[in-house]
Amino acid sequence: MNQMNASGWKPGTPVPADRDVEFPTVTGNKALMLEERLLFELGTRETCGVDLPEPDTDAPNRLGKFARRKAMELPGLSEPETVRHYTRLSRQNYAIDLGLFPLGSCTMKHNPRLNEKVARMPGFADVHPLQPVDTIKGALGVIDELSHWLIELTGMSAVAMSPKAGAHGELCGILCIRAALEARGDARKVVLVPESAHGTNPATAAFAGYEVEDIPAGKDGRVDLEALKARLGPDVAGVMITNPNTCGLFERDMKAISDAVHEAGGLVYCDGANFNAIMGRVRPGDLGVDAMHINLHKTFSTPHGGGGPGSGPVVLSEALAPFAPLPFVVKDAQSGELQLVEEENVGDAFPVSFGRMTAFHGQMGMFTRALTYILSHGADGLRQASGDAVLNANYLLRSLDDVLDAPFGEAGHCMHEALFSDDGFAEGMSTLDVAKGLIDEGFHPMTMYFPLVVHGAMLVEPTETESKAVLDQFVTAMRSLAQRAKDGDETLKSAPHHAPRARLDEAQAARKPVLVWQEAEEAEEA
Amino acid sequence: MRYLPLTDPDRGAMLEKIGAASVDALFADVPASHYLDGPVKGLPLHASEMAVEKHMRQLSKQNLAAADAAFFCGAGAYRHHVPATVDHIIQRGEFLTAYTPYQPEIAQGTLQMLFEFQTQVARLYGCAVANASMYDGSTACWEAIVMAARLTKRNRILIGGGVHPHYVSVAQTMARFTPGHVDYELPVLASDAGEDALIARMDEDTSCVVVQYPDIMGRIPDLQRIADAAHEKGALVIAVNTEPVALGALEAPGNLGADIVVGEGQSIGVGLQFGGPYLGLFAITNPKHVRQMPGRLCGETRDADGKRGFVLTLSTREQHIRREKATSNICTNSGLCALAFSVHMTLLGEKGLTALAAENHRLACLAADRLEKVPGAKVLNDTFFNEFTLVLDTETRPLVRDLAARGVLAGVSLGRLFPDGDGRENGLLVTITETNTEDDIETLAKALEGALGEGEAA
Repeated sequence: MNQMNASGWKPGTPVPADRDVEFPTVTGNKALMLEERLLFELGTRETCGVDLPEPDTDAPNRLGKFARRKAMELPGLSEPETVRHYTRLSRQNYAIDLGLFPLGSCTMKHNPRLNEKVARMPGFADVHPLQPVDTIKGALGVIDELSHWLIELTGMSAVAMSPKAGAHGELCGILCIRAALEARGDARKVVLVPESAHGTNPATAAFAGYEVEDIPAGKDGRVDLEALKARLGPDVAGVMITNPNTCGLFERDMKAISDAVHEAGGLVYCDGANFNAIMGRVRPGDLGVDAMHINLHKTFSTPHGGGGPGSGPVVLSEALAPFAPLPFVVKDAQSGELQLVEEENVGDAFPVSFGRMTAFHGQMGMFTRALTYILSHGADGLRQASGDAVLNANYLLRSLDDVLDAPFGEAGHCMHEALFSDDGFAEGMSTLDVAKGLIDEGFHPMTMYFPLVVHGAMLVEPTETESKAVLDQFVTAMRSLAQRAKDGDETLKSAPHHAPRARLDEAQAARKPVLVWQEAEEAEEA
Repeated sequence: MRYLPLTDPDRGAMLEKIGAASVDALFADVPASHYLDGPVKGLPLHASEMAVEKHMRQLSKQNLAAADAAFFCGAGAYRHHVPATVDHIIQRGEFLTAYTPYQPEIAQGTLQMLFEFQTQVARLYGCAVANASMYDGSTACWEAIVMAARLTKRNRILIGGGVHPHYVSVAQTMARFTPGHVDYELPVLASDAGEDALIARMDEDTSCVVVQYPDIMGRIPDLQRIADAAHEKGALVIAVNTEPVALGALEAPGNLGADIVVGEGQSIGVGLQFGGPYLGLFAITNPKHVRQMPGRLCGETRDADGKRGFVLTLSTREQHIRREKATSNICTNSGLCALAFSVHMTLLGEKGLTALAAENHRLACLAADRLEKVPGAKVLNDTFFNEFTLVLDTETRPLVRDLAARGVLAGVSLGRLFPDGDGRENGLLVTITETNTEDDIETLAKALEGALGEGEAA
C-alpha cells in the first residue's frame, strides 16, 4: 500500500530533454495550459492563509491528557498561492459552463446562477439545524413549498425530503416498502430489477436486506411484461423500475406492471433519475408507482459539483406515506402553522415512521436551489423544459442514426436521451475510442458502456439547455468520429491528444493503489 | 424562458428533421389516458429573476440568521468563519458544474483536489487512507459500522452514550433492516464520558465499538483506553468526530487506537445551511482494509505520455461494477463540500488549524468560567474543547425558546436531543467558536441570569 508508483513526470520538475514532444517546453506548461504541483509539494507547515491570534501555549486548558502531541503534517498556503493553486486546477476540468456535457442519465443541464445567489442568502446559509422552531419558519416554509410542487408534479401523496442523494433516496423508498410489508406481517425476500437498471438499484435492494433477481428486457428495450408477471409471487416484495428507462424509452406498460405487482401483493419503486423527460407531462402517481426518488441535482438543476452533493427526496403513495422517515414538516390543519416532526414529538401521530436516515433535515442548500428553479420555470417553463429535452435528444438520434447503430431507433421516438451501439465499428475500434475522440473535439463524452443490455453503448443526453447550434456542432463531430471508427483510424486509439493528460493507466492505479501523498523518501522505505 | 435556448423556428426545423408533427407527438409512447395536456395545476407561469429572488428573500427573512443573534449552537453543526476565498473557488464553474470525474483526462482538477483532500483527511485523523467523502457524518458512521461487520463477521454494534443521538438513530434505523443489532444506552449526566460502563458491555460478539470524540456533551473520552479494551475482545473501534477543528488541539483518533475514523467535516469550509449539504469524512488506520471501504477513492497513476495523473480507482468495490455485491449503494460523494473543506484546510495549514483550535478553546474556557458563576448553573464537564454542558436547575427547552425570542440562540437543549428526561432535560449544550466575542459570552451569561432569576422570582 502507498508504495511509490513509477508515477512519471511531475509538475514542477524539468521536462527531460529527450522526450518526444512537438515544440517542447522545459516547464511542461503550454501557454494557458498550466501544470500544477500537489499542495504537499507547494506548501509548508509554517505557511498560513488566515490571520489568527498567536496561541498562548502556556494558557491553562481543559483538554485533560488528550492534547495533541503528534504533528499533523498539514501544509498551508498563503491566500494568493491558494487562489492560484485551485484556479490552475479548475482549468483542467471540463464543465457544463464550458460546453455540451451529454452524459446519458446524468442530466447535465445549465445550473442557473440565481439559485446560487438564493442559497447564499444569510437566512438560508447561516441557520443552524437545531435552532428553535420559531426561528426557522422560513426553512420550514421552503421545505413545505418545495414538497408541495414535487407532490403535484408526480401525483403522489407525500414526500420524504431528507435523503442526501439519489441512491440514498432509493434506499429510503425501499425501506418504506419493507416497513410497509413488515407492518402487515408479510416479510418478503426478493426485489426484481431489470437488467438495464442503474447499478445503484440492485445495490440498494441488497443494502436493505433483499435478494435481487433480474427481469429480462424485451426486444423493444422495455421490461418484458409477461416474464415479469410469471415471476411475481408471494416472495416478491416489489420491483424497481426506471421510467423513462435507461435505454431512453418510456415504459409503455408501466400501469400494467404496477397493477400486476400490486395484485401479487408487492409494491412498485420507480427510479426517478430520468424524470426530466416527463416533468409536467405525465405523473408517476397516475401509473401506480408507490415510491420514486427525485434527483434534485438532475431534474431541478442543483449543481453536480464534481460529484456531489446531490439530493434525493422520495415521493410516496398513500400506502407508503405513513412510513416516511423523520424528520418531516407538517401543516397544522386548523392554524396552518408549520411544525417539525422529530423523534421527540413523533409519538402517536406517526406511529410507523421507519426511523431516521440522516442527521438533521436533508440537503437544505439544494431545496432552496430547486425551489428557485421551479418558480423560475413556472408551469409553462417546466413543461417546455421536458419538451425541449426530448426534442433535443430526438434531433440527435435522427441526425446520427444513419452513421451510428441506434438499436431501438426503428421503434419510434426516444425520450430525453438517444442510445447508440458500437455495431459497425472496424475491428479493434471501441466506444471508448470515440469517447476519447470527443474530448479532443471539445465535448464531454456521452455515457459509455451503459446500459449493459446494448453492446458498446453510447447514451447521449443533451438536455433542454443546449441550443440547436451546439447540437449541430456536436453532430458534425460525432459524424466524423463515427467515420473514423468505421475506418479503423489508429490515431483515435491514442486520443485524447489535446487534453491536459493522455489516457491514464487505470490498471496500475488499482493494482498498486496510491491513495494519499507521501514524501518520496518515506514512500521508498514503506 | 431564460434558461431555454431553442427558438420556435429551431423547434420547427428540428421537428421536420425528426419527422414529427409537434413536441407532443414525441411523447407518443405515453398512454394518452395519462398524458397531461395542460400546465401543472396551481403553479404560476415562469417568473423573472427579480420576482423569484424577492419571493425567496421573503422566505429567508422568516429565519433568524446566526449572524443576527448571539449564537451558541453546536451539537454536530458548527459556525466558523469561512474565508472569502473558499466560496470564490467553489463557485468557479469548472468545479461547480463538473460531473463525477469518470473521464480523467478532462477532470484532473477535481481528481487532484480529491487526492489532496484524501491526504488532508488522513493526516487530520491520524489514519493511513481516507476516501473521497460521504454524504455526512451520520451516514459515514453507519457505513463504518457495516464495514466493521464485514471485517469481523460479527453482528453486535456497541454504541457509546456519547454518540450524537441523530447518528444513533440512523444506525438503529438501518440496523433494523440488516442482521446487525445495536446495543446503545443513553448517556448519563456525569462529568466523565462513561468509559467504564462502555467497557463493561464489550464481549466476544461485539463487532465494533462506536465512540464520539469529543462526545455529544462536549466531554473528551479516553479513546485509547476504550480501544485497548475493545481490541482485547476482537472488536473494531469506530471513532466519530463531529468537530474537526477540535483535532487542531486534540490528539488524532487514529493515533489513539481507532480502526475507523469517521466524522462530519462541515466545520471546515462548509457553512451551517440548516443541516445540509454537509461532508462525511471516512478514514482507516489499517491500509489492508481498503478494499472493504465504501465510497469513491482517488488514486495516483501515470498517463500514456509518462506524466503523473489521478483517477478514480478500486471501483470494483462500487455499485456500478459490483451491483448487488457492492460494499455500499453509495453513488456520489460530497464533492463540492470536499473542495470547500480542502480549500479552507489549505488556507489554514497546520499552523492555522492549531491557532484556530487554540482560539476556540481559549474562548470556551472563558465562557465556562463565566457561566459557572450564573446562579443556578454549573458546568458538567471536566474536559471539553469548544462546547460543554451547562446543567441548570430548570428544564432548558422552554428557556432556549424564550431566549431565542430575545435574540440569543443560547445553545442546544439536551432535552431536544434526548426527549426521555432522566435529568438530561436540564442540560444545555453551549458551543463557543472564534466567531464569538467576549461580549457575546457576557450577553449569554446575562440572559441566563435574567431568565433563571425570573424563574426564581415566579
